[in-house]
Amino acid sequence: MKQEFESLNVEEIKKDFPIFNRKINSKDIIYLDNGATTQKPKQVINEIKKYYEEYNANIHRGIYKLSEESTLEYEKAHDVVGRFINAKENEIIFTKGTTESLNLLAYSLSLDLQEGDEILISKMEHHSNLVPWQQICKQKNLKLKYIEITEDGLLDLDDLKNKLNEKVKIVSIAHVSNVLGTISPIEEIEKIVHDNNSLLILDAAQSVPHMKVDVKKLNCDFLAFSGHKMLGPTGIGVLYGKKELLNRMKPFIYGGDMVREVTYSETRFNELPWKFEAGTPNIVGGIGLGKAIEYLEKIGIDNIENHEKELIKYAYNKLREIKDIEIYGPNENLRSGLISFNIKGIHGHDIATILDEENICVRASHHCAMPLHKMFNVLGSVRISFYLYNTKDDVDKLLLSLERAIKIFRK
Amino acid sequence: MKQELKVDRDYVGEGIYRENILDHYKNVRNLGKIENADLEFHDLNPICGDEMTVSLNFDQDKVREVKVLPKGCAISTASASILSEELKGKNKKEIMKMKTEDIFKLLGIKLNSMRIKCALLPLSTVKKAICGVKNE
Ligand SMILES: Cc1ncc(COP(=O)(O)O)c(C=O)c1O
Repeated sequence: MKQEFESLNVEEIKKDFPIFNRKINSKDIIYLDNGATTQKPKQVINEIKKYYEEYNANIHRGIYKLSEESTLEYEKAHDVVGRFINAKENEIIFTKGTTESLNLLAYSLSLDLQEGDEILISKMEHHSNLVPWQQICKQKNLKLKYIEITEDGLLDLDDLKNKLNEKVKIVSIAHVSNVLGTISPIEEIEKIVHDNNSLLILDAAQSVPHMKVDVKKLNCDFLAFSGHKMLGPTGIGVLYGKKELLNRMKPFIYGGDMVREVTYSETRFNELPWKFEAGTPNIVGGIGLGKAIEYLEKIGIDNIENHEKELIKYAYNKLREIKDIEIYGPNENLRSGLISFNIKGIHGHDIATILDEENICVRASHHCAMPLHKMFNVLGSVRISFYLYNTKDDVDKLLLSLERAIKIFRK
Repeated sequence: MKQELKVDRDYVGEGIYRENILDHYKNVRNLGKIENADLEFHDLNPICGDEMTVSLNFDQDKVREVKVLPKGCAISTASASILSEELKGKNKKEIMKMKTEDIFKLLGIKLNSMRIKCALLPLSTVKKAICGVKNE
């Protein structure tokens, strides 16, 4: 049965985002760098303002009304996030972002590993799902191994199977690649990884904002993502973990708010999730993220995914017609809402500068994936990434500017 | 309420791709690497991953020969090419004294803060070579 989607009323949606009122040199902003961070709707901005103007107070401390309100709102945001990805109660930990979530895991999980144990990641990870593991492996004499990528930019599942053995304790991979856009088949991978009794960690920074993610269905052990990539503020992110695993793990950061009872010689830690949220957290960030998710739910995450799919199909087919363009990653059916490419003879920076003339915002660099770009034998690439407020008109403007760039450099 | 924030930029975007920039980009002068050079250094711009290798031979204190091997955008490449022509005959002290404005003058364009780093990569690589910074 074909699923029915509501098509998005982008014109109305855009009105919620004050930044699109801005003109630079009298021209609209065409924002195509949503993989890096997203714009914020007024529902989020207003709540942040309201927090500071009406109920700013530290959480879990005061008995007074203000503190009660901020505590309730901050805690409620955990529940909103939990419901969004179908987690159980107390399985949502707020961090400052995907990077911190993954560092927390690398540190805390490695405490239980023995010398010679192995960690498996893929060759298309963001630096934040590579460097923490690489460094912890050096410190603890663990072995870091990489799953190969196929020529079409997919995770090589045969290679995954080959590299698993009883020493591999952790497999940590991107749900959606921030460079190639590849959506990895987690339900299949999960079975392979769990058959080997390894833990499965998903870097979901590029998936949770763009598609329905159900942690119970995926059956991953941990999952990390960032608020700022899904209409929320910067400085807030999420670590989901299965309760029984989180209960067994040691904290990453020690201090106030994560303790039950402290004596001069011992500390008993607080219960989940506070055990992992030491110190005064990013209260307003958490509350803002809750509002961002409520906004996404109102529009419908399935509708957003469908909207992006249409844009990708449109952009992919148009871009492919450009002479000497190289598009990285799988075909449009296996990818999420982003496309990375290079046009022969024109460096990404130069393309981005020419696009910037028309206020078209794209990313042109290695996208925090230097080894992956080396693998493709390029220094970097140009990346466009969509969200709910983008339109085919944005794509058309992009194409026009790309033509200009080509004209300038090919004359 | 639609507000119009006027931002005047201090550069003309496409305007930076002038004839001379594109010419140096497409035909890099002194392209390559000197075998057994007196000084050599390889550096990269961590933001974009662009790479730059310079090698220099000296007559006493003066640059006799210079070669550049840029791998990057039009701005960093053209800057390397133009700088290589400028360096011949200069002594080390003169080179160390060269500043951002000197590069702008040589290129004949203004750049925004994100692209300045591209333009400065060749000069900073040359300076590191002269200072005796060693590649690992
Ligand atoms: C796949 C992926 N993982 C991790 C990150 C890091 O996220 P953050 O910088 O918010 O910690 C990003 C964002 O750039 C990403 O795209």
